[in-house]
Amino acid sequence: MSAHAGGYSADPRIRRIELLPWIVAIAAFFVLPEYLSLGARILIYILYALSLDLIVGYAGIITLGHSAYFGLGAYVAGILAAKAGIGDPMIQLAAAAAAGALLGIGTGAIILRTRALTLLMLTLAITSVLLEIANKASTLTGGADGLSGVIVAPVLGLFKFDMFGKTAYLYCLLVLFLGWWLVRKLIYSPFGTSLTGVRENSLRMHAIGAPVYWRLVLVYTLSATIAGVAGGLITQTNQFVGLNVLSFESAGELLVMLILGGVGRIYGAFVGPVVYLIAQDLLAKQFPEYWYFGIGTLLVLVVMFARGGVLGILDRVLVKLRRKQ
Amino acid sequence: MSVAALETRGLCKSFGALTVAAGINFRLESGARHALIGPNGAGKTTFVNMLTGVLSPSSGRIVLGGEDITATGQAKRVKLGLGRTFQINALFRRLPVLDNVALAVAERRGVAPRMLRAASAHGDVRDESMELLATLGLAEDAGIRILDLPYGKQRLVEIAIALGLKPEVLLLDEPAAGVPSLESHRILQVLDKLPEHIAILIIEHDMDLVFRFAQRITVLVQGEVLVEGPPEEIAGDKRVHQVYLGEQRHV
Repeated sequence: MSAHAGGYSADPRIRRIELLPWIVAIAAFFVLPEYLSLGARILIYILYALSLDLIVGYAGIITLGHSAYFGLGAYVAGILAAKAGIGDPMIQLAAAAAAGALLGIGTGAIILRTRALTLLMLTLAITSVLLEIANKASTLTGGADGLSGVIVAPVLGLFKFDMFGKTAYLYCLLVLFLGWWLVRKLIYSPFGTSLTGVRENSLRMHAIGAPVYWRLVLVYTLSATIAGVAGGLITQTNQFVGLNVLSFESAGELLVMLILGGVGRIYGAFVGPVVYLIAQDLLAKQFPEYWYFGIGTLLVLVVMFARGGVLGILDRVLVKLRRKQ
Repeated sequence: MSVAALETRGLCKSFGALTVAAGINFRLESGARHALIGPNGAGKTTFVNMLTGVLSPSSGRIVLGGEDITATGQAKRVKLGLGRTFQINALFRRLPVLDNVALAVAERRGVAPRMLRAASAHGDVRDESMELLATLGLAEDAGIRILDLPYGKQRLVEIAIALGLKPEVLLLDEPAAGVPSLESHRILQVLDKLPEHIAILIIEHDMDLVFRFAQRITVLVQGEVLVEGPPEEIAGDKRVHQVYLGEQRHV
């Protein structure tokens, strides 16, 4: 499962190995029915991480504030459901996407004029400001107590969200599939290749006449839209929104997941959340007070010995095996 | 007088008290093979950066093919036919050679913003890029990443990217920089074969290359044009020997 780089000589056809995540996800539905709520959470985080990979891995925009778009999507879906009485999940998701997109284009247009550390600080500032707004606007958001009373009507009027999380799991899987299809399409397109060009050398992209700034604003907006959808999904499956969806920790945690899986590879966004959230689930049960220590150790090991994340290790192992043959 | 491919009138640039361009009047005729030389710190790179729009001049005008581009953005200038290469490689290092060129070709053809079809499905971009690489003798290297390419060939990719833009005016910023003189003939071969209609301004320290390539030479010293003329005149000019060639020939 090598890096998915796109480009003018890349074969865009779906390889057999790319079906693996979907086979695993469907198998998990049947084999592990008692873990479906964790499963849905993983699927949502994969979508969220995919949106991050698009800007960090492909366009080279470094951010610690992606939770702004995820959190906004979560609150918009939640407020629609709990305050406006709009229970249709499709409308909630569409609204979450639209909110993510609007915030993405609005903030992106400002912060993408900057680079590196300034950019990093600005992304952090955006999510901090949003967090404080959500905290203070408690009539709408429930403030620190969180927003409860989120009601989600059956999907398409047919499939009710059940207490075992079966509907939620399949629903999230479907949305993730669409998100993956879109991101993959983008990465293999000329647009995606030009983003890689910006990441590799923005000086040269300017010199070949590319409107670098607008390309970045566009991809940032797309990414924010997908993050908004992921936020909407988390609200619908939890039927509750807490302030933590907007926290800088949540954005940092997401970046950790992506690094763990492998940046700029599409499937790093699949592997990272699986490893991280399962490790979190296991460690939190075993060592409720120290589980962050385990996660931290894992990250240190990956950063020191396995650049490119879990998929990076797999790549190297495969190369060695092939050489032996 | 016919319209010059590129012209500057009274071009000035100061950084605080430091003047790096002091009223440069310069004309690049269409199809010209023109060299800009001068000692280190003469303001050659600043001049190129003003021409391409990386820096804006403090005063003066830049005219490309009769159109005033002094206030025009970098991307628009490229669309108007102004291409450049870089003194220090500015390549897409982790991409294959083909993609380095295809990115430029795709921008020119307006394909680059497309999102729905795969890049590799754009056969026109691929074919044109491959043809271009073939003319530079790089066809066999198309699939190799820049990282894994010998330095001399990287310099050729620099030129290939600029040619992918099909420029009317091409600014070559030290195309042979860092290339051992034994290999610089390869660069010269490529330069000699460039399409005749392109007006070329070359900035170069390798005097052999300059005198073999250029039909006209401008000598820049301390932000001012010291002298301009055909190579024989420049080679015989005493002032030039003093400020520039003298240093080189004695080394």
